[in-house]
Amino acid sequence: MRTKSILLVGVGGQGTILASKLLTIGLMESGCDVKMSEIHGMSQRGGSVSSHIRYGADVQSPVIERGGADLLVAFEKMEALRWLEYLRPEGQVVVNDARINPMPVVSGDAEYPARILEELTARADTAVVDAFTAATALGSPKVSNIVLLGTIVQRLGLDGVDWDRIISDNVNPAFAALNQNALARGRTLVK
Amino acid sequence: MKVLMTGNEAVARGAYEAGVRFASAYPGTPSTEILENVAKYKEEIKAEWGPNEKVAVEACIGASIAGVRTLCAMKHVGVNVAADPLFTFAYAGVNGGMVLITADEPGQHSSQNEQDNRHYARAAKIPMFEPANSQECLDMLSAAYELSEAFDTPVLLRMTTRVCHSKSIVTCGGRAEREARPYEKNPQKNLMVPAHAKIRRVFVEQRTERLTGYAEKNPFNLIEPGGSTGVIASGMCYHYAKELLGDRATYLKLGFTHPLPTGLLDAFCRQVEQVYVIEENDPYLEQWVRACGHSCHGKDLFPPHGEMTTDVLRNAILDAQLPAPSYDRSLVVPRPPTLCAGCPHRGVFYELGRRDLVVSGDIGCYSLGFAPPYRAMDTLVCMGGAFSIGHGMQRAFDLTGSDKRVVSILGDSTFFHTGINSLIEVLYNNSRTICIILDNRITGMTGHQENPGTGKLACGEPAAQMDIAAIVRAMGAAHVEEIDPNDLKSVGAALDAAMERDGPSVIITRWPCVLKRLDAAEQAQFGAPFRGRCKVDAESCVGCKLCLRGGCPALSINKEARRAEIDAAQCVGCGVCAQLCPKKAIWKEETV
Repeated sequence: MRTKSILLVGVGGQGTILASKLLTIGLMESGCDVKMSEIHGMSQRGGSVSSHIRYGADVQSPVIERGGADLLVAFEKMEALRWLEYLRPEGQVVVNDARINPMPVVSGDAEYPARILEELTARADTAVVDAFTAATALGSPKVSNIVLLGTIVQRLGLDGVDWDRIISDNVNPAFAALNQNALARGRTLVK
Repeated sequence: MKVLMTGNEAVARGAYEAGVRFASAYPGTPSTEILENVAKYKEEIKAEWGPNEKVAVEACIGASIAGVRTLCAMKHVGVNVAADPLFTFAYAGVNGGMVLITADEPGQHSSQNEQDNRHYARAAKIPMFEPANSQECLDMLSAAYELSEAFDTPVLLRMTTRVCHSKSIVTCGGRAEREARPYEKNPQKNLMVPAHAKIRRVFVEQRTERLTGYAEKNPFNLIEPGGSTGVIASGMCYHYAKELLGDRATYLKLGFTHPLPTGLLDAFCRQVEQVYVIEENDPYLEQWVRACGHSCHGKDLFPPHGEMTTDVLRNAILDAQLPAPSYDRSLVVPRPPTLCAGCPHRGVFYELGRRDLVVSGDIGCYSLGFAPPYRAMDTLVCMGGAFSIGHGMQRAFDLTGSDKRVVSILGDSTFFHTGINSLIEVLYNNSRTICIILDNRITGMTGHQENPGTGKLACGEPAAQMDIAAIVRAMGAAHVEEIDPNDLKSVGAALDAAMERDGPSVIITRWPCVLKRLDAAEQAQFGAPFRGRCKVDAESCVGCKLCLRGGCPALSINKEARRAEIDAAQCVGCGVCAQLCPKKAIWKEETV
């Protein structure tokens, strides 16, 4: 089995770390070798963040090369474009239609680009989802990250994994059902 | 039991399994989570935050001499702070095994330099391991303790960011509980006056010779047969190389990298046609290969800085890169980290930035004070250096007739780290640099570790809470002012009063980090902070953008309406923006 690469990107505070943690546990339980790499350290909110996840029979590097990602999942739409150079030309993008203004936009020094989704769709096999609306309808926008995890599970066809149990093992029991629903909802948002 | 672990978690697990009893560390990326995870084994291991790396190492030295296995962890630059005790303890050797972990940062993701701490093993004449993945972190740590006690030496375990922060699958074992080794008074070994140290100096050379023999037989140094191309690599570089070259290459994979196994190298070089030495930072292995009389490719092909990730190697070895989509990169706006909405540093940097000052900075979230819109920091070198560097600048300006005023600024954890020594320098020499301590009640940037000012220990138990103002006064500072950093008038007044003085002034801003979980006592002490929301009155706002000078990420200008807007999801009601508004169009609503 060729090693596959999934890149989760977003903005600090969007919950990419929990989503990638649950995903890597699921991949391990499905019998794969798994490696994951994150760069963290500055606890400030607002910076660009990424989680590299690689799985297969025998994974070497935990870091995805430029041009190496099979699936790019962006929790914020401009981040999809920032990291698009990491995608294989035949790779897929799932992009959350969410906008978080970076500091140069907040301060008025730059404009938030208008045609990001158009550019993404033109350049790669892109599915646009609205995780915020889906999560809010379920009860909390905070589970947007698990909605997006659901899209990954669907895209990768990871059906044989007991995601509900992995969620209940790893999140606050009070929110387990909400997160399980969010994952199920996410699976319906992409093919 | 198979578990996905980061390298840092696996090191902590390794410490548990190896029977470690005492651990000390100072937080620093990418090493921080090592001690945080060791602290989870609180029944078995006493885990402590040391106020800095030097005292953390010293505590571990003491515990080793007293007979227990100890672990000390720090980021690469922390070893500079800890080097003094380390170099001499290398002579004394251990009783209980001691491992020092250095977490290096190729790529400088969160560091001020990219130094290669493998040189420390050679300089201090101690053995070194370099794990490539989480399983090796666990396994090598166990081996390191055996080695430490067998060879009477502290051991260096060198990790890098990608080893520390990458997860891979680890098979865990149980804990090997160990009796403490008996303590026996032995000044010839443990008391390093010259007469004793000269004898230990000879011992160190003999030990290195014995360790060289050990390196040849160490199971972590091995030849992995494959194609005719030879690759010599240690740590994560081995995985990067194998990702690219797979079975096309034969690998000399080095896990024990000081002293190095010359015999194994000779055997390897006879098997392969050409040799690539793949390593991050300095040509540590390459120089050894060349010194042994072998030719190789190394820094002639690979960059001397940054990470040797697969794409870097692909470019250097194969002169190729993977195809990737092309797109309009002008659509990507930079997203730098920012001070949070409600960060108590914001008001201080606003007031500093609007004055004609030279600002000597330090390491913490507040390093971002250099960035727009504040542009309120001129220098930053090392932990705790702000006050002494600021003193030196002020002294030089004064000596040369310049009328520049220097303000020096650091945080609470940095104050306890080595900033306290820096302040002694200022006060003793009667410097007029203005010293600001940003006391946000936590070690912020590394993710909220306790420190001597927070009143809690590493595992959360209560501790003596050191009062920074009382300490500073006891050090002899005549002018000490404690202020609320969110009150711009008092920040400005404290700065202006200090600028009028010819001698030392210390300003302490006391307000918790907005991300800190406050206990009941802190909630009461700070009057239930972070519960308001600021609102903009659209009628009075004239869209002048003066409020943006506070640099709050919750605040922006709606271009169509030409009015300021506040993101209710981010705003915690610190009220700094309201003080910046000349039209009093921003007001605070208490939410609870």
